[in-house]
Amino acid sequence: MKLQRTNRLRALAAGALAVSGALVLTACGSDDNTGNGGAAEKAVNNIKCDGQGNLLASGSSAQKNAMDVWVRNYQAACEQTQINYKPTGSGAGVQEFLQGKTAFAGTDSALEPGEVKQSKKVCKKGQGIDLPMVGGPIAVGYNLPGVEDLALDAETLAKIFDSKIKTWDDPAIKKLNPDADLPSTKIQAFHRSDDSGTTDNFTKYLNSAAPDAWKYEPAKKWAAKGGQSASGSSGVATNVKQNEGAIGYFELSYASGNNIPAVALDTGAGEPVEATTANASKAIAEAEIVGKGKDLTLELNYQTKAEGAYPMVLVTYEVVCDTGNAKETLPATKSFLKYAASEDGQKALAEIDYAPMPDEIISKVRKTIDGLA
Amino acid sequence: MTLDSPPATAPPPDADTDGGKARTRPGDRIFSGLARGSGITLLVIMAAIAVFLTWQASIALAENQGNFLTTFEWNVNADPPVFGIAVLAFGTIVSSIIAMVLAVPVSIGIALYISHYAPRKLAAPLAYVVDLLAAVPSIVYGLWGALFLVPHLTGLYLWMDDYLGWTGVFAYEGGAARSLFTAGILLAIMILPVVSNVSREVFRQAPKMHEEAALALGATRWEVIRMSVLPFGRSGVISASMLGLGRALGETMAVATVLSPSFLIDPSLLDPGGGTFAQNIAASFKEVSPAGVGREALIASGLVLFVITLLVNGLARLIIARRKDYSGANA
Repeated sequence: MKLQRTNRLRALAAGALAVSGALVLTACGSDDNTGNGGAAEKAVNNIKCDGQGNLLASGSSAQKNAMDVWVRNYQAACEQTQINYKPTGSGAGVQEFLQGKTAFAGTDSALEPGEVKQSKKVCKKGQGIDLPMVGGPIAVGYNLPGVEDLALDAETLAKIFDSKIKTWDDPAIKKLNPDADLPSTKIQAFHRSDDSGTTDNFTKYLNSAAPDAWKYEPAKKWAAKGGQSASGSSGVATNVKQNEGAIGYFELSYASGNNIPAVALDTGAGEPVEATTANASKAIAEAEIVGKGKDLTLELNYQTKAEGAYPMVLVTYEVVCDTGNAKETLPATKSFLKYAASEDGQKALAEIDYAPMPDEIISKVRKTIDGLA
Repeated sequence: MTLDSPPATAPPPDADTDGGKARTRPGDRIFSGLARGSGITLLVIMAAIAVFLTWQASIALAENQGNFLTTFEWNVNADPPVFGIAVLAFGTIVSSIIAMVLAVPVSIGIALYISHYAPRKLAAPLAYVVDLLAAVPSIVYGLWGALFLVPHLTGLYLWMDDYLGWTGVFAYEGGAARSLFTAGILLAIMILPVVSNVSREVFRQAPKMHEEAALALGATRWEVIRMSVLPFGRSGVISASMLGLGRALGETMAVATVLSPSFLIDPSLLDPGGGTFAQNIAASFKEVSPAGVGREALIASGLVLFVITLLVNGLARLIIARRKDYSGANA
């Protein structure tokens, strides 16, 4: 499956190259009078190139695949710019941005007040802002041969991951799945052994949707006792696939990539909601923008009962300066982010199991990117 | 007396040292200088490592809000940081002991078979294959352990639970066998070549005269081994075991790949969970936030491993020194 994905990416890149090649040929005749030190502005694949040179960025590994696709498409169109996104993890990414080493950072959680304060040193006359760009459903995968379409609610999930529910034929699970033939297999709940934004968002969901059953503070580090752990989403997915009776959480791409069935969430809506990118986008649309000024930090509504909204989602941000971005990198940063937030950029996300941002939010992101200075 | 005149005409054999330093050859001086330099360099490097570890560890310990020795937690990125090595020390020592218990008897068996039982045609290729075991990179052992060994151990563990579960140590609740015991089995395989190779060489050097004398007295082959080979090789086997133990204590990738890390001490060795120093360093290093003392905390845990290894080696030296007097070979 991984092979398939890279093949698809390759095909995408090849397509983008072909289109750009054709456009370069047709553009030969036209006069390009934009200055900017020779950086030609070309519209390829709806990508407006601007600026040149190296663009360094780093941060969240949760959005690495999205970045890979964006960077490939963008660079196929804009050869003057080299974009280098290092998936170092959100914390390290934000630190590097605050030290002025990178043009923008990717992060799973919005800047904290202290970090905003620090950012004023790097952003002259401005501050760091969060732009929500990539969403993704967190899938809860399970390995229970013979049981399809398993549905669970937040409370049951919390009890399973807190080792309170220990077997698959527990009455709480039976109640939610009256038609399923549940075995008495022991539940093996897998969590991340490393610090992770996925853990953070997963426990945020549990804590908010089932506060009575999940009393731990949401954090990047797994707080509950018991259960088993594995390193990285791939480690958790491998173990779920390997062990009968296992359950674990990871980004949707790992579930579809490994053919692991995902739990549908019983949110209180008419039907249990499947973990799909479209359903995740619906839940993100329920979010409220709580960022002040140009900051677009979202507060997700984990308790939503909207029909077809999958509330267990993760939103990752790009962090830039509202004003005071480094002059050398500003044009390229703006042009790249503009592509990422564009319709094409967001559409590319759904193909790799990320959720595009809902229209209302992404249009605000676009407006903010236009105003970056 | 007159016949013994040569000493008078020729210089005495030790005149080189008596007659002054002028006669020392430059090659000797250069070589002894190099040798001494190497020795000193080794000491300096060890001292530098110790100083560095202690210095960095002291930074972390000053910030630590938990008890470094007894806290069951590793939360270095928290503010204030809380961390302790209890679980890591337990896991490191227990998994190494399991490895030793499993590996040393088998290694001695392999060594004896190759040196005393196997026909020559078989001994050489067998020794070669055991050598090959040492050449496999630890990450490959780790992957083999995680993808093959773990799924296949469930049956054995259920059996152990049936018969030995009452001890508590071998209780098993089912589930993926990513436990300290599995790590111990993997470590045992990894240290097998080290222990058996060194033991084999030692057994080979057992004095032939002793063996032949024993045979002449009508001893069976096993009695020969028990009376002349094993006593002679005892200190060598202990040294070999210590080499293996050193590797088991510090093994990183294989353990990190196979273990389900957690910061709890589970009385059952078969249930998933636990951690070791090296595994924790490998797993947590990339998580460390640049602002906190996470890196220093990991170095502090490394210092403890350093000290444990020193103690173990010291202990081994003591045992060897004591055994030497009783060893049949030196009698």
